[in-house]
Amino acid sequence: MTDIWQRLPTRGKILCLVLLAAAIAAPLVADRYLLSVLILVFYFAYLGQAWNLLMGFAGQLSLGHALYLGLGAYTATALWTLFGIGPWIGVFVAIPVAAAAGMVVGWLGWRFAIEGVYFALLTIAFAEFTRIGFDHLQITGASAGMFLSVNSPGSDKWWNLGGGPLLYYYLAFILAAAATLLVARLRRSPLGYRWLAVREDPEAARAAGIDIFRAKMIAMLISAGMTAVGGVFYGFYYRNLFPSQVFDIGRSIEIIMAPIIGGLGTVFGPVVGAVLLTPLGESLTALMQHFGVNTPGAKSIFYGLTLMVIITLQPSGVWPWLARKLGLDNRPRP
Amino acid sequence: MTAITLNIIVQGILTGLVYGLMALGLSVIFGVMRVVNFAHGEFTVVAMYAAFLLFDMLGVSPLLSLLPIAAAFFFLGYVLQRALVEPFISRAEHEQFILLVGLATVVVNGLLLIFGPDAHPINLPYSFDSYTIGPMFIDKVRVFAALGALAICVALFLFFRYTRTGTAIRACADNLTGAGVVGLNVKQLYAVTFGLGFACIGAAGTLMATIADASPGLAPAYTLLAFVIVIIGGLGSMAGALVGGVLIGISEALAGFYIQPSMKSMFSFALLIIVLVLRPQGLMGRRL
Repeated sequence: MTDIWQRLPTRGKILCLVLLAAAIAAPLVADRYLLSVLILVFYFAYLGQAWNLLMGFAGQLSLGHALYLGLGAYTATALWTLFGIGPWIGVFVAIPVAAAAGMVVGWLGWRFAIEGVYFALLTIAFAEFTRIGFDHLQITGASAGMFLSVNSPGSDKWWNLGGGPLLYYYLAFILAAAATLLVARLRRSPLGYRWLAVREDPEAARAAGIDIFRAKMIAMLISAGMTAVGGVFYGFYYRNLFPSQVFDIGRSIEIIMAPIIGGLGTVFGPVVGAVLLTPLGESLTALMQHFGVNTPGAKSIFYGLTLMVIITLQPSGVWPWLARKLGLDNRPRP
Repeated sequence: MTAITLNIIVQGILTGLVYGLMALGLSVIFGVMRVVNFAHGEFTVVAMYAAFLLFDMLGVSPLLSLLPIAAAFFFLGYVLQRALVEPFISRAEHEQFILLVGLATVVVNGLLLIFGPDAHPINLPYSFDSYTIGPMFIDKVRVFAALGALAICVALFLFFRYTRTGTAIRACADNLTGAGVVGLNVKQLYAVTFGLGFACIGAAGTLMATIADASPGLAPAYTLLAFVIVIIGGLGSMAGALVGGVLIGISEALAGFYIQPSMKSMFSFALLIIVLVLRPQGLMGRRL
């Protein structure tokens, strides 16, 4: 904790404190709509951190993180709607469930030396397989979805994750902040250095005595578990779950956008990416409403174009560039 | 019982050949350029709409518009590669992925914007005719589509085997440095390869339009379908794409009939997982 703090340059410390203070004070000035946008920003920053751990640090491309998100969401909401077990207990069931799924995917993939594109396709296959499975799972409502009742006893209590936007705002903020701290810590830990070695050169890492299978599995375990927590948040925030939405490949892609745009393998990349992307999408919606354009798809077209432009011009992400501009990186400038 | 099963298997094989042609495009592009076209299904659906429009507005049968659409898609692919994909050839996989996912998003939502979410069927005069062979009834359109797909696959195979350009492209796939050393214009050949992959998409989409209704919602499903097929058959193997297509066609037809139509792709993904684990290079692929 303290060593991460000390590593920051002075203006970085000031910026961090200002932003934290702004985030905590935001509900004082923000209206309901702005608050809902900020909730999404933190939510995507959090999920981006989880995914970035696996791809950015350990170098394993997963395009199926919707699997862990959906499993987390379904586990916790099913426990609540079917057995009345609250999310604070449910989350500790959701994490192992998603982590176990991650273990299966990772074990099958890496044991049999499935790498790169092939591994990415394996993760998609598992997510799609599970989506269709849940589409036919009667106990969770199959494709008709599962809904969280708003008037069952205790559902409006904060400890059951029911309440106004303030609750979700601070919850999402705490999740994002905690994930960023965790990732910053892991990045500087021996495990973090092992991940980077595996990412940069698996052969050399093996030669240096690193158990690369174990390193990748740990990354998957943490990443899937963290994503499941995001899923629990998703379930209780939106209060409805459909397999075709939660497990969809679009969901997986949504998760990975922020870290890629912000900067893969950096601690602040996912946060910067989420801060840039989410309001971009939202302001587009607002802009289109303002001009009376109500065409589905127009927003997504702009979204797709933005992705293409950013990946063409700034492939390593916005954060490394921004950090250099702001003088926040520790590297000596030429 | 057995006659019904046989009937379903034959229908599955016929549909599978069209799937195979679509997947062949993906396989050719990956086999030569090591780029996975994540916008594959999206462009297949574009071709379906092209076939629909030509039929709906000009009354051109898809079997006639097959070659013109394939040719148009060749140029589309050529231009796309030159303008968009070329700078990404030597970049990291996830960067190529983002570029093509961005492109796929633009294409599928463009279709949604222009045509709306509804399905557009092509009703040919013989749409509901079938051939009777013994106890089996085989859809006429499916037979035509499968024959068309097979013909284009054979043509492509002959092109790669016997023409100078085809041989040169195979040289690029085998040994890129060597191909450059002997003076092949690799950039040009890559663009031709991408064009050929897109010609497969154009042809497959046109044929697909006769057996399925065009709608934007099909696009992501087709992309995944093409992935599943080439992984099962072996990424980069031409014969593998056809074999994988037929296998998936049969598995979809059987699961759709005996279990539930909505669960048919679950079996395809299960098949994919099994193949990836037991034989990750695919049924006909070279050892990884």
